[in-house]
Amino acid sequence: MLTDYLRNQRQERDILLMTHIVLGYPSFDASRRLVEVMVEAGVELMELQLPFSEPIADGPVILRANQQSLAHGSTVDRCLELAAELSRDYPIPFLVMSYYNLLFRRGVARFVGRMEAAGLKGAIVPDLPPEEGEEYLVSMRSAKLDPIFIFSPNTSAERMRMLHQHARGFVYCVARRGVTGSQTDFTAELDRYLARCRAATDLPLALGFGVQSRADVDALRGKVDIAVVGSETLRVLDARGVEAVGSFVAGLRAS
Amino acid sequence: MKERGYFGPFGGAYLPEILVGTFDEFEAAFEAARADPSFWRDYEALMGNYSCRPTPLTYAENLTHHFGGARIYVKREDLNHTGAHKANNVMGQGLLVRRMGKHRVIAETGAGQHGVATATMAAKFGFECTIYMGAVDVARQRPNVFWMERLGAQVVSVTDGSQTLKDAINEAFRDWVTNMDTTHYVLGTACGPHPFPTVVTYFQSIVGQEARRQVLDQTGRLPRRVYACVGGGSNAMGIFSGFLADQGVELVGVEAGGHGLETHRHAARLASSDASVGVAQGYRTYFLQDDDGQMRETHSVAAGLDYVGVSPILANLRETRRVRFEAATDREVVDALSLTVQKEGLIPALESSHAFVQAFKEVGKLPPEDVVVINQSGRGDKDIFTVADAFEDQAWQAFIQQKAEAYRAH
Repeated sequence: MLTDYLRNQRQERDILLMTHIVLGYPSFDASRRLVEVMVEAGVELMELQLPFSEPIADGPVILRANQQSLAHGSTVDRCLELAAELSRDYPIPFLVMSYYNLLFRRGVARFVGRMEAAGLKGAIVPDLPPEEGEEYLVSMRSAKLDPIFIFSPNTSAERMRMLHQHARGFVYCVARRGVTGSQTDFTAELDRYLARCRAATDLPLALGFGVQSRADVDALRGKVDIAVVGSETLRVLDARGVEAVGSFVAGLRAS
Repeated sequence: MKERGYFGPFGGAYLPEILVGTFDEFEAAFEAARADPSFWRDYEALMGNYSCRPTPLTYAENLTHHFGGARIYVKREDLNHTGAHKANNVMGQGLLVRRMGKHRVIAETGAGQHGVATATMAAKFGFECTIYMGAVDVARQRPNVFWMERLGAQVVSVTDGSQTLKDAINEAFRDWVTNMDTTHYVLGTACGPHPFPTVVTYFQSIVGQEARRQVLDQTGRLPRRVYACVGGGSNAMGIFSGFLADQGVELVGVEAGGHGLETHRHAARLASSDASVGVAQGYRTYFLQDDDGQMRETHSVAAGLDYVGVSPILANLRETRRVRFEAATDREVVDALSLTVQKEGLIPALESSHAFVQAFKEVGKLPPEDVVVINQSGRGDKDIFTVADAFEDQAWQAFIQQKAEAYRAH
């Protein structure tokens, strides 16, 4: 599953890239083109966010992309159809990122079945702690999909070990407090936090929230396995268009 | 996350990982306070000398004669400091903030009553304060914005989403995940992730404790029915708490019927069949949402009832049939407000007037020996702009025009 793929990729490169798009923003055609340029730019893994009207863990940039996608008539069915098409057309693994209500409304088992049929490899559901996620965990296990869990700087060592028990694929480490899309200070404090994460799990570690430049990615080499670039690609897209996103992502990593 | 805070199938704590530790700390502070017998005494003393508690229970004699049925008693939360029941929860959470050693508070507000109450508490306790308010609500509740700013709060107008209460809640959560070390989020209603529904109900239960004692003192009997409006559900949980154990007392929650349930332009989650169970803003309850789980626009003349979700405790009390839910339309609300002002000299808030509507529909059919209690959760002066528009008051319009011209001439 994902863990083996990530470990194999790490044989080739000392830092992997995961990027993020909001499906249907600014349009479904643009989403297709964005994935194409990101895969061409060499990303190893992608998050496809299904828009939700109340994305409480996202900052203003991703929040507005969610709202505009919905305003243009984005639906769960249309998003999952596009996800299936992308999984078929590109050789990298894709994950769903969304909030729990979309799964809950459809029926968790049914939603997970749709993800499996679409060829998706896992999911990140930021408002579903394992305590509330029993049905989700069972469904994901039987579909052989990876539930990705999140560590934060406020997570105790004890809780990290509990989350590790449920996590598959990799662990998503949130770099700092706050929502998506602000800057992060890559300091000694971050190193201490990552050491705590590393001590709690042997799964690959991804670091997200505030990774915006090649210097940020360079700073993570040797500390985590995956750098997650989210809001910044949306900013580049809004300012300079789809093609600029390709060169921005390619430039994040010296080859 | 030791306790998950379920009421039947509703409630829970669907938290982003970054907030789990903060909620654990909040829950521990609350449980320690609740177990300390001096805490409730301190709270009652504070509410007694700062906020006019106990608030009166007023016999509405003229309305009673007008309808010719059960005797109508009104619980006067409008006389609480800052003009609504909101202060009960806010001052209580302020005491918890002091216990936790934090120095900044944030809050969401719809009608502005909770924002004014929080800004007042922050001024009294010396906390910094930021209030999140949907841009639509800022426009319709300007007098409350004025007072929040005078009280020293920063008021942030939220322009995302539907620009109402739910969007203000989302924005407050975004602030909290950044500033949880210094900041407490004073959620204003009996909704949200555990332990908020329990904490808010605990402080608001002071309303029901007083009302039960007062109605027994004044009439020698328990009420046949108790009416409360339901937005998030805090004033309803407050007054209902006093009577939950009295099986003979029927509890009636009145939601915002907006333009009428059949138009689907309303905010009735429990009284209509338009809502369904979902998980958003950290808890599981009935939401007005579409088949995909996206929240829908809601509508009410009363900003404080204009919300997509509802207290998980009330959702469960509907399931167990302990509380009956009804809806009142915008038009009915303005008429009930008008009648109450003329007959009793009481000015209920538009929110509270929903409870009056349902009581007025029912009291005439009850015998005169029966008693009903209506919770007047807040005062209506804040609604002067909305009410003046509803009455198409020409003299008021002329006054506003003159005022505008005077400002322009400056």
